[in-house]
Amino acid sequence: MSAIDWITQLLYIAAATCFVLGLHLMNSPATARRGNQVSTAGMAIAVLTTLVLVIHAGTVSVTGWIVMIAGALLGGGAGLYAARTVQMTAMPQLVSIFNAVGGGAAALVAINDYVKAAGASAGVAESTTVATILDVLIGAVTFSGSIIAAGKLQGLINAAPISFRGSRAANIAAAVVGVGGGIYMIATPDVVVLVIIILAALAFGVTMVLPIGGADMPVVISLLNAFTGTAVAMAGFVIGNWALIIAGALVGASGGILTKLMADAMNRSIRNIIVGGFGTGDGQAAALEGPGGDVRSIAADDAAIQLAYASKVVIVPGYGLAAAQAQHQVAELAKLLEERGVEVSYAIHPVAGRMPGHMNVLLAEANVPYPQLKEMEEINPEFPRTDVALVIGANDVTNPAARRPGTAISGMPILDVDNAKSIIVIKRSMGHGYAGIDNELYVNPKTSMYFADAKSALTNLTAAVKTLVG
Amino acid sequence: MTTELLTDITIFVLSLLVGFEVISKVPATLHTPLMSAANSIHGIVLVGAMLIAVTAGNALGYILAFVAAAFAAMNVVGGYVVTGRMLKMFRRARTPVSPGSPPAGVTGGPGAPGGQVPGGPGETS
Repeated sequence: MSAIDWITQLLYIAAATCFVLGLHLMNSPATARRGNQVSTAGMAIAVLTTLVLVIHAGTVSVTGWIVMIAGALLGGGAGLYAARTVQMTAMPQLVSIFNAVGGGAAALVAINDYVKAAGASAGVAESTTVATILDVLIGAVTFSGSIIAAGKLQGLINAAPISFRGSRAANIAAAVVGVGGGIYMIATPDVVVLVIIILAALAFGVTMVLPIGGADMPVVISLLNAFTGTAVAMAGFVIGNWALIIAGALVGASGGILTKLMADAMNRSIRNIIVGGFGTGDGQAAALEGPGGDVRSIAADDAAIQLAYASKVVIVPGYGLAAAQAQHQVAELAKLLEERGVEVSYAIHPVAGRMPGHMNVLLAEANVPYPQLKEMEEINPEFPRTDVALVIGANDVTNPAARRPGTAISGMPILDVDNAKSIIVIKRSMGHGYAGIDNELYVNPKTSMYFADAKSALTNLTAAVKTLVG
Repeated sequence: MTTELLTDITIFVLSLLVGFEVISKVPATLHTPLMSAANSIHGIVLVGAMLIAVTAGNALGYILAFVAAAFAAMNVVGGYVVTGRMLKMFRRARTPVSPGSPPAGVTGGPGAPGGQVPGGPGETS
């Protein structure tokens, strides 16, 4: 190893250390910003080191430099613009796009390496081929899958599960061609087969994500995030770079953990998710029994009085709140209640929102202090002391039926909203949640239903609190 | 199996374990910024994209180098900027955001003295 090799390798290790430290600092909101800065510093070290390496190699042609710099400026500019302007409600789309480009870039690294090696007289080493094929397959699946996911989240593609005749067969066929072609390539290097497996992997990504419903997005994004990390680690194997291997493994671990957490919170096994049956099978459990009791509805004035004279209110925001983009309205109501001396906190279910932790970001954007954002385990023991639980656009995650066996959501971790002294549910209709079953909470004698869109309901409640008890 | 490959696999497995250990301590409150941070970290693939340019010598090589550099740069820059933007919003106490919303009292303090706002006590209709 020459001196420059030593130095660059050590710098790559320094960069990887920064990534680990940066992630470590994210264990508390107080240190998380520093974590991001440390991680950014690590990235700067890695990129500058590579720049030195590239200059030192001295083989880059003028065209090569132009192409590289133009690409980096274009991509960097696009990334900067997107990051500066994105709405917090649109974060899941942006994360998906970054997954797509990350996975795509990783696949391109492997494709380039393979094409080059196939052209050389020495041919392709088998060990490299395995990593190359994995990189290409995973990277391409991530690329197309993430684009479809982003399209669904943005509303460009129907968010409902889309399946056409033979979509499952097409999905399986794509998997078989991709993996089969990959195995063939290990024995017989062939650039044509490479092209075929790229196309098969792209098709697999599309047919994997299309049948997935919008409510499943937290799981899908986490899974694609894990895929991207793995693809990047494989790219590290291909080009023999430890920084890529370490960083990719870290992201893979992060995505893996989040996928598991999201799957648990939605009461689905990871196997069920990967093999398929995403948003399909579960819908059949729909027609169990009709509403087993009377539903009491409430007007804004009564609800406002109940809230204003409570001493402890827990707000339970769900997907409906995020969909209605009513985070600012809920924060305003909470602030008003606090000024009256009401203790307000938020109960955040792990899958509230459209990606892991999304609801926390939305509420943070609405200027809600993070100590008020309580995780499920933290808030559940507090419900018995709660005067009013205000459920906004959350459904399945509050259904006490999850505690009994034999329902579609049995075993799913829920917020124990029914333990509160009284419950107000803001909801547009008695419609079913994602699991397609009736919510027993709604027929609980302690529950009052306020049928309205989250945004207008919260605006009305705030106005009512102001006028009635101000 | 070469020693080099074995080393790579060792590094990969150990990094996975470190990743599981570190990330399982991140609270659910920060899961979105965490994913976004992880997103920026996989932008390290920019390093790989830059190395493509080292050997690129024909049209295909240049196209691959260009697209890979653009993708990876978008990933890195966008990822870090948006993570920073999100984390900046996480505050311990409420602070005034816009002239339109007057400052609220310190959170958790019932009837905080600073909370005299339009619509607060005294504006009974």
